[in-house]
Amino acid sequence: MAISVDSPQINRDFTQKAGYTFTFLSDPNTEAIKRYDLVHPGQGEGGHDIARPAEFLVDSTGTVRWVNLTENYWVRARPEQILEVAKKLPN
Amino acid sequence: MQVRRFNWPLWAGFLLSLAAFLSYFFVFVWFPSTRDFPWANLLLFAAAIVLLLLGLRRGFSSERVHPTRAKIVSSIVSGLGVLVFAFFIFVVFVSGRWLPASHGAPQVGQKAPDFSLSDKNDKTVTLSELMSAPLNGKTPRGILLIFYRGYW
Repeated sequence: MAISVDSPQINRDFTQKAGYTFTFLSDPNTEAIKRYDLVHPGQGEGGHDIARPAEFLVDSTGTVRWVNLTENYWVRARPEQILEVAKKLPN
Repeated sequence: MQVRRFNWPLWAGFLLSLAAFLSYFFVFVWFPSTRDFPWANLLLFAAAIVLLLLGLRRGFSSERVHPTRAKIVSSIVSGLGVLVFAFFIFVVFVSGRWLPASHGAPQVGQKAPDFSLSDKNDKTVTLSELMSAPLNGKTPRGILLIFYRGYW
């Protein structure tokens, strides 16, 4: 699922346009983003805080199994890389 | 002596440098193999710089109708082309790395902190809820959390 500071309205429009069916969550006050230490201060519209890009794969017990904290905004985790780790998750 | 009025390598090189810059953000960024390392754009910039050098040589040749003007124009245009290249390097390789260190982010083996946020239908959901909610008839084996900058 995807988490950003975007409002539910923006997420509704975006998921409809892009055809995404997975969950999109709104974190305008960076509550979860702070808890995961991913705040990128002042980078949003009007100097608002936003999230830096990051991905976590969490197993069914709530334990983190894989993390990707990119060092460069333009370099992202690839889908096949994530599927590879996801295959190793316990049932 | 041949009089060459239009310095096409100069202008082609300049336009190509603009195309090399813009095509990353409008085209190549959508494909992981050309986004993670912008080799396609670097190749385009290499071609642009070759054209700019040819244009510069033409501008400084003794065959120009307006030698001074040709020197000034070719210097400025090729300089701008190189600036576009420098700006591209800056955006992709320098400012792209200006990200917080996130040392406090949950690590492998740690518990993912729970949270409660609104979904796109303004319904409040928590991570633990999603983890136990059946998906296609069974509980999920895991959840991928993707934090992103957003579209505002």
